Amino acid sequence: MITLTDINKTYYTEATSLHVLKGIDLHIAKGEYVSIMGASGSGKSTLLNILGILDNYDTGEYLLNNKLIKNLSEKQAAAYRNELIGFVFQSFNLINFKNALENVALPLYYRNISRKKRNIIAMEYLDRMGLKDWALHLPSEMSGGQKQRVAIARAIISEPKILLADEPTGALDSKTTVDVMKVFKELNDSGLTTIVVTHEKSVADETHKIIHIKDGLIENIENRR
Amino acid sequence: MDIIQEILAGLRHNLLRTVLTGLSVSWGIFILIVLLGAGNGLKNGVTSNFRDRATNTVQMWPGETSQPYKGLKSGRSLQFSEKEINEVNDLSETTGQTGIINKNSTITYKKEYGTYRLIGANIDYEKIFNLKFDKDGGRFINQLDMTASKKVIVLDQKIVDVLFKTEPALGKYVKVGNIMFQVIGVNSKKARWGDGNAYIPFTTAQTIYNPNKKFNSIAMTVDGLESEELNDAFNEKLKSNMGQSMNFDPKDTQAIHVWNAQRDYIETMKIFGGITIFVAIIGIFTLIAGIVGVSNIMLVSVKERTREIGIRKAIGAPPATILRSIIIEAILITSIFGYIGMMFGVGLTEVVSFVMEKSAAGNPDGMSVFKDPTVSLTYVLVSTSILIIAGIIAGYLPARRAVRIKPIEAMREE
Repeated sequence: MITLTDINKTYYTEATSLHVLKGIDLHIAKGEYVSIMGASGSGKSTLLNILGILDNYDTGEYLLNNKLIKNLSEKQAAAYRNELIGFVFQSFNLINFKNALENVALPLYYRNISRKKRNIIAMEYLDRMGLKDWALHLPSEMSGGQKQRVAIARAIISEPKILLADEPTGALDSKTTVDVMKVFKELNDSGLTTIVVTHEKSVADETHKIIHIKDGLIENIENRR
Repeated sequence: MDIIQEILAGLRHNLLRTVLTGLSVSWGIFILIVLLGAGNGLKNGVTSNFRDRATNTVQMWPGETSQPYKGLKSGRSLQFSEKEINEVNDLSETTGQTGIINKNSTITYKKEYGTYRLIGANIDYEKIFNLKFDKDGGRFINQLDMTASKKVIVLDQKIVDVLFKTEPALGKYVKVGNIMFQVIGVNSKKARWGDGNAYIPFTTAQTIYNPNKKFNSIAMTVDGLESEELNDAFNEKLKSNMGQSMNFDPKDTQAIHVWNAQRDYIETMKIFGGITIFVAIIGIFTLIAGIVGVSNIMLVSVKERTREIGIRKAIGAPPATILRSIIIEAILITSIFGYIGMMFGVGLTEVVSFVMEKSAAGNPDGMSVFKDPTVSLTYVLVSTSILIIAGIIAGYLPARRAVRIKPIEAMREE
């Protein structure tokens, strides 16, 4: 599903450059449930952004679903994101003037699915997240856990091949964290390849494989099954 | 349709900003139209003051000599004779001429009568003084009337109103002094002053009222005198020819008075050329201010939405789609509000025009400095289009930037 070969990434600022990823080799098979752990600045978010085609890498090779992800045009990148990847962010990244239903339905808008049809589908996904009654509420009227479940519904509505989550529980309390991780578990059980970036041990412990990153390199891979 | 709904949702969310952007467009267009309208009104008003006669007319009156000439004493009273009409006719610049005989006469129809100015005129008088004949108003004097010295008369509407009341006047006979004249036409153009004129063929007037064949004015239309200099030269030539014909020193300023309407017209139009340029400059700056306003707000609007654009990109929105929706949004705002401004601007100029026409109705022939302050549709549409295009460009440039930056960076912006 995912194959990374010798991925390097350097950030340049005016004064200095920062070599963030120093040759990452990684293989993630279909249906795996993986977490990426590491200290701040270790490069784990950069890695996730590259996996999610939100950022470019400098050298190496990234194969996603047998497609080479390199030097893509913005149009191509957008198409791959829409087709292959579901994203969940720490800060939810919901559009604040759209209600839960509209937020969840948004990816389908970019697939040219009619308003009526995408609202029906979005409602099904909200129902799966237990948020049917909150469909017409704005994000500002919802709790963090609810917002994150709306974001998850939005991430999976386009039936992506992989689900990427960047510190999905970072803004949640412990109880809500458990709820959200339960959702990830269920999604993975249904066959969705799931990758979670976290620095919380308890969250990582839920996954089947923990990839430890340190100073831009994979330190070790911990198989938990 | 879906894209419009999507855009409207965003606009509703930012209602205040949408309305403010829109109002700046409306205001720009509104001011521009009112300004252009005021300029046009001023121009139309002053131009209309020339309507008493064709703008290309010259009229002259003989005076009294102030210098002795070729043995003749100064202080002679001069008068025109038919010889001078022929002189005028021979000038290459003249396209029409009339000698004018002026006389006050009592005109009677049945029991009604009044004293009016009786004018002996040539057929060209009609176009020189812009007389107007309605469809059922008959005609002016023609060549046949002249050759046969017919006793026919043309009356101003004012006279007809007094003498005939509601009765039709055409074909009826009126008594001028003791002589009967048949009415052949009614001039519906209202004179600015006086009780009205009556016109009879020049030849008839010469025969009946002018035993010595002398008269006091010649008017003509001229062609090809496009500049003040050419008109000044023509005036000099006229004076010199008249001097030879009537035996006075062409340099004698009191011997003959020439009024050249064409020269006045050119001078006035020159001033208005200046005013038009002034109004155009103000208009262009108003437009620029509008463009800057729209651009600024579109810039802020897109900047504010960088994060939203990042989110949309992260979930797979193609850049072209995002760009398209921002541009359509700009078109929507500028065209809807531009249209509103246009309506208000055109509305105001039309209302002012209407009110002025109404108030002028009581005094239709008064001097005016402001008239019909309306703007041509072309100006309105062109200036509205310019603002719309500016709005689109102003939306497009920052949107293109926002679409180009990586979604992860865009989402970081607050």
